[in-house]
Amino acid sequence: MFSGPEEEIYQEHILEHYEDPYHRGHCPRATHAHEEDNPLCGDFIHVELHIDPQGVVREAYFDGEGCCISQAAASMLMEQIEGKTVQEVEQFRAEDMLRLFGVRLTPNRQKCCLLSWKVVQQALYSPLQQKDRDGSAARRSPGQDASSAPSPAPEPPTKDAP
Amino acid sequence: MTTADTVPLDPQQVRQDFPILHRLVHEKFPLVYLDNAATTQRPRQVIQSIVQTSEQHYANVHRGIHTLSEQSTELYESARRKVQQFLNAAWPEEIIFTRGTTESINLVARSWGDANTGPGDEILLTEMEHHANLVPWHQLAARTGVQLRFIPLRDDGQLDLEQLERLLSPRTRLVAVSAMSNVLGTVPPLERIVQAARSAGALVLVDAAQWVPHRPTDVQAWDADFVAFSGHKMLGPSGVGVLYGRRELLERMPPFLGGGGMIRRVTLQGFEPAEIPARFEAGTPPIVAAIGLGVAIDYLRQFSWEDIQAHELRLTRLAHELLEQIPGLRILGPAPENKGGIVSFVFRRIHAHDVAYLLDRHGVAVRAGHHCAMPLHKRYGVGASTRASFYLYNTEEEVHRLAEALDQVRQFFRQ
Repeated sequence: MFSGPEEEIYQEHILEHYEDPYHRGHCPRATHAHEEDNPLCGDFIHVELHIDPQGVVREAYFDGEGCCISQAAASMLMEQIEGKTVQEVEQFRAEDMLRLFGVRLTPNRQKCCLLSWKVVQQALYSPLQQKDRDGSAARRSPGQDASSAPSPAPEPPTKDAP
Repeated sequence: MTTADTVPLDPQQVRQDFPILHRLVHEKFPLVYLDNAATTQRPRQVIQSIVQTSEQHYANVHRGIHTLSEQSTELYESARRKVQQFLNAAWPEEIIFTRGTTESINLVARSWGDANTGPGDEILLTEMEHHANLVPWHQLAARTGVQLRFIPLRDDGQLDLEQLERLLSPRTRLVAVSAMSNVLGTVPPLERIVQAARSAGALVLVDAAQWVPHRPTDVQAWDADFVAFSGHKMLGPSGVGVLYGRRELLERMPPFLGGGGMIRRVTLQGFEPAEIPARFEAGTPPIVAAIGLGVAIDYLRQFSWEDIQAHELRLTRLAHELLEQIPGLRILGPAPENKGGIVSFVFRRIHAHDVAYLLDRHGVAVRAGHHCAMPLHKRYGVGASTRASFYLYNTEEEVHRLAEALDQVRQFFRQ
């Protein structure tokens, strides 16, 4: 077995999220959804949110493929944002996401960690149309242009974390 | 097998020439460098050449009247002649120094492509090309309306050449194909492809970035029109590459980049381009790197190609044998006998980046991702793969270390 510095990154709590993720799957009452990929490594993350009329994220689900870091980070983020208002989620910055992950990452791996965070920031502004809500939230194929989201979505904050 | 003017290849002896191979990674693991398809390390001889040129001879080439400029020019031009001999090109003027394979192919796409293609014309590529032999043609298609067609890959990692005759037509202006895939190691039968292209009246460009460092190259025997490769994948410095082009073609091609060095005469109204090769070497060229590439060629020529190829095949066979025993691991591409020293693989349920990260924690350097070949990965339904690639300084012990570390990756992720 590995014994040594790899545990800096693959800590037990990260492996647990990777192997037994929180809310991987469909959100039954999704009102918002968004999906993005990182073409460099083939990772993609799809997020479905149920945002109630008061602007509170009631439920958050993700699905996707990718490395341990990207998938564990998505799982942690779903847990983190449930019960928060849209405004609170907006104010959850890239730095906060890296802090939530809890392990120091090299700049390359920070992109893996921040993929789900970027998707969530976009999903807040990507309401599903009524016909999508009746079925399951339609999943778009990876790589599809974000600008084709149902409503115009502002660019998420792009400021990189330290 | 060695010939009279070569020495036997002894990897342990070779390693003595490569200072970087003796460093530790993460303070305790000896480096196992298996990322040679991305870039190779440099022997002391090349490093000394960089130092010596910089300390003794460096000045701009083809310009000054002073001693240093004369010496730099002589060294630079003698590197060109070394490349010419190395490739068995007919003329030194057929050797253009570029920044690398990517620039070499862009040069052809811009210069030859803009002047010679248009709507109704076609360029034939393959599904296994590196982005460097794909994107310049996409860009050309957007400029001139030329259509791109592709020789498909079969499930076994070989090109489906049954399709070759069907895909070629009088509309085909150029066939641009890799001599060795940077992901699968696939070595397509160039002779057959060139012959078919000739029958259709098309030119042939060979992306030889993965081939030239590992196998003998004879551009006249290939009968290729253009051959592109890089210095940094063959023990040379980064920042220098080569475009070989047939003289009659190069002489008819317009310049690529404009600037100093590539002109005969400039007026406020226009310019007259210089003769080849200067026409295609605008600006100050990679002087020190090109001289270093000449030294890398000298270094490689100590050994016979048969020895280098046999050594790489031995390592590739061993890697296949050991990796095939690891549960959940699948090797992409052909059998060792039918490819170069490249072993790309995927793990069921373990992402390539996690694999590469954990291997690095044991000092094993591999590439993870799509290796600049996204269409190829899509063809085999994988997002990313991990790649180990070998060269003359790698050892069987290093392949064992790769396999042991991979087995630990599997256990780490409880597969």
